[in-house]
Amino acid sequence: MSDIALPRRGLGGRAPRGGTDRARLRSDRRLGYALAAPAVICLLLVTAFPLVYNLVNSFRNVNLANAAQPHTFAGLSNYAELFNTPGFVGALVRTLVFTAVSVVIETVVAIGLALMLNKAFRGRGLLRVAILIPWAVPTVVSATLWKTMFDPRAGFVDYLLGVFHLPGAHTTWLAGQWTAWIAIFVADAWKNVPFIAIILLAGLQVIPGEVYEAATIDGATAWQSFRRMTLPLLKPALLVALIFRTLQALLIFDVIYIMTGGGPGTGTETLSYLNWQAFLVDTNFGYGGAISVSLVVLALVIAGIYLRVLRPRT
Amino acid sequence: MSVYWRRSWFYLGVVVVLVVSLFPFYWILRTSLESTQAVGNGVTGLLPSGATFSSYIKDFTKQAFLGPLVNSAIVSLATTVASVILGSLAGYALARLPIRGKGVILGFVLLAGFFPILAMVGPLFLIYRDLGFLNSIYPLILTYLVYTLPISTYLLKNFFEQIPKELEEAAMVDGASRLQALRRVVIPVALPGVFTAAVLSFILAWNDFAFAVSFLDTPSKFTAPLAIVNLGQSAYQVFYNRIDAAVVIITVPIALLVLFAQRRIVAGLTAGALK
Amino acid sequence: MASVSLERITKVYPNGFKAVSELELDVADGEFMVLVGPSGCGKTTALRMVAGLEGITNGTLRVDGKVVNDCSPRERDVAMVFQNYALYPHMTVAENIGFALKLRKMPKSDLRAKVTQAAEILGLTDQLDRKPGQLSGGQRQRVAMGRAIVREPAVFLMDEPLSNLDAKLRVQMRAEIARVQRRIGVATFYVTHDQVEAMTMGDRVAVLRSGVLQQCGPPQGLYDHPDNVFVAAFIGSPAMNLYEAAVSSDGTQLHLGSQALAVPDALRLARPGLDRYRDRPVVVGIRPENLSDSSLTDHAGSAGSSLTGQVELVEALGSELVVHFQIDARRIRAEDALAGAPSDPTSGATDQEPVEAVSPLGISEGVARVDPRSGLKPGQRATFSVATGRIHLFDPDTGMAVWD
Repeated sequence: MSDIALPRRGLGGRAPRGGTDRARLRSDRRLGYALAAPAVICLLLVTAFPLVYNLVNSFRNVNLANAAQPHTFAGLSNYAELFNTPGFVGALVRTLVFTAVSVVIETVVAIGLALMLNKAFRGRGLLRVAILIPWAVPTVVSATLWKTMFDPRAGFVDYLLGVFHLPGAHTTWLAGQWTAWIAIFVADAWKNVPFIAIILLAGLQVIPGEVYEAATIDGATAWQSFRRMTLPLLKPALLVALIFRTLQALLIFDVIYIMTGGGPGTGTETLSYLNWQAFLVDTNFGYGGAISVSLVVLALVIAGIYLRVLRPRT
Repeated sequence: MSVYWRRSWFYLGVVVVLVVSLFPFYWILRTSLESTQAVGNGVTGLLPSGATFSSYIKDFTKQAFLGPLVNSAIVSLATTVASVILGSLAGYALARLPIRGKGVILGFVLLAGFFPILAMVGPLFLIYRDLGFLNSIYPLILTYLVYTLPISTYLLKNFFEQIPKELEEAAMVDGASRLQALRRVVIPVALPGVFTAAVLSFILAWNDFAFAVSFLDTPSKFTAPLAIVNLGQSAYQVFYNRIDAAVVIITVPIALLVLFAQRRIVAGLTAGALK
Repeated sequence: MASVSLERITKVYPNGFKAVSELELDVADGEFMVLVGPSGCGKTTALRMVAGLEGITNGTLRVDGKVVNDCSPRERDVAMVFQNYALYPHMTVAENIGFALKLRKMPKSDLRAKVTQAAEILGLTDQLDRKPGQLSGGQRQRVAMGRAIVREPAVFLMDEPLSNLDAKLRVQMRAEIARVQRRIGVATFYVTHDQVEAMTMGDRVAVLRSGVLQQCGPPQGLYDHPDNVFVAAFIGSPAMNLYEAAVSSDGTQLHLGSQALAVPDALRLARPGLDRYRDRPVVVGIRPENLSDSSLTDHAGSAGSSLTGQVELVEALGSELVVHFQIDARRIRAEDALAGAPSDPTSGATDQEPVEAVSPLGISEGVARVDPRSGLKPGQRATFSVATGRIHLFDPDTGMAVWD
């Protein structure tokens, strides 16, 4: 026994009781990994695993429609298909345009809303609840709700236009590509402007009031003090809001599915919708995998651009 | 004079925001109270032409909206509980324990929250098919963690960091193990954070449509959002009164939650923006 | 109840910082041991190692003879009062006090009796159902005490428990803590940076600096016989006047600037080592109370036992006057004294370079505590009689007291 024990102690090179400190550190560290592991494993299961599986599938022929077919190597054919079919390129363009337009307009409106909420006035709490409810309800609710609102029979929009004898009454909004996009944008903005506004409000609230007082004393107009003071100081919050919103808009799916089903024709198909169709309608997991991989890459690229462009220089 | 006008414009703005936010809900309520025939006749005014609860009754009985509602409640609550527990453990480890690669772990957890949902649908569909998980609400719980776990972990980590370290040291000197200290001292003290994480998790899980529409097949297994979309759709006509009654039903709990917990929701949403 | 012994306890942090180095301390059962030193001296780290909140890098910690290095805090049977009290905000006072007993699964009735008893000792009976948020600072302090004493622990640890209280309450709680400690009779470690607390509360006081124990002994022993210039400067308020002096070649005179003090026989007998410093510099330490206004004594300013200086400021405390004066001798300030005393070379202390605390004219400050009848006014020249028999002497290089 002692023959074995002795060299071990010698190798350790430490007094017998030395290193309880390290042992403690090690056991705390072990506990730390054990506590973090469940969450990390769950998230790996639902993100990293699909990403890898998509990558693998995107180089194979995986179509459940011909179940008999073995999953053969497909080379880059799935990726080639992305650019050879009008579906993907069209969806890519529509997605990018929708993302750009909706994020810009929603952010501008949200800045106004945040400035409004930043004022102390009676009924501020009510206003906050009023804008939080649209954000908190499921997308299914906002989509269905605005589908109702834009319905020529049951909706309020056509009724209102009709009452005031405005053009556009009796429009079947969701039947035309452009009008459908307007309806989709409204549903999306109604739910998401409050989210941006709340984030920006938090950014506004950490700007000390003295900044404005100093600016006023220096003779700045309201616009100048907004342009030169508020906006720069709001940049961190704006960055967070923009990243969140851009990535959400880029992945828009629920609203499309519920309001238009990608129609009329393919007029409102987005990347996520196309991806869903590839998976669940065409059961083509090779092609779908290729779309998914492009979605992930696109999301990463856009997040990267934001971080690079907007990050405050330190 | 100018102050007066500025004020008036401001309040006009407030009224516009209130109307835009809330009027659609009124319209949904109005439509849900109309009969199918009245809906078919088109809109005749701001008030419903007669009020009937028949849509609600039908939703709860005939088309079995009640089942999906229960399904949604089960999945959302289970996701919330799982997310708070897993988020607390991971958040505690990230806030307090000397693990290596904290930045990487936290970065991964946050990044997972931005992962394209539709990119997950395909592979998960295949694996769930092989495991026999399709058309069951329980696998959704694991799936929904992608919505809830990033924000819960991040929020709880922030909360734990704000709790003085001495508090759990005192507990340990008092004879608690690390896990006992976590359960009996740290978590109770971080209760506002736990509550915030729970409310946001519930809202996010309740919100899901993409996974439900991809993995669920039979109406009795549907979650409420999925059921709404399929509700009252016949090949020839859309029964808006039926759909909107369901919309009202699933909006009510969320509206109450917002009313009750608005401060915590705002705190939770903005936790990231202030850092 | 038990004794505690620290044998060559060392703490090195992963970044290489040596917070405590080879600390040797024995605390007997029931003894009140105060660990004192400036911030960052390692006293809190030492306490936390005893508590088990901090791992011990090297050395042995025994409680009642049993080695507890590897025991977690819960296994050590120690109780601790934290600087910020660390009261559980979600529990009532009673729950706070009873938490440790509850964790030990003590029956409810026993638990209640113990909590009630502890509350009585500390005068918290009326506050038992309140939450910590509703209590005053002093009451919170008592709850923290209650949480510790209710357990009847083997060791009692207190980390600057009074530093968050206002001055008046601090004096009151000082006495109270000492009283409670006597009553429960448990070996106690008390960490403070305040030498007044150290002097008034401890059975023994251990002075630490940069992780190294400087001296340990009863408060009066430290005050009367500081082992080095650091302890001399740290213990006592106002602090000891420390000047650089030159010893005359016959060893009978100490030259402070342009003035000289005769070395009385008693001092030479007590400190024979002074002989080695002939023609060499030495550090002279004079406690402020060993300077008196010579105009009040008959043998006014007798040569060789007085110092003359310019009065700068007079603080009247009623019972005495604290007189700040200027004198043309090189003063060694407390901060410089830090540099002179032994410290661990690996401790990373940044105070290694002595700073000359002397103006270009060679004028530096001194403090005297004199009788209130003395009419000294700022601007006046004053002569102070020096109790030369009570002068302290230190080596200017090592900072060690000159004895044999």
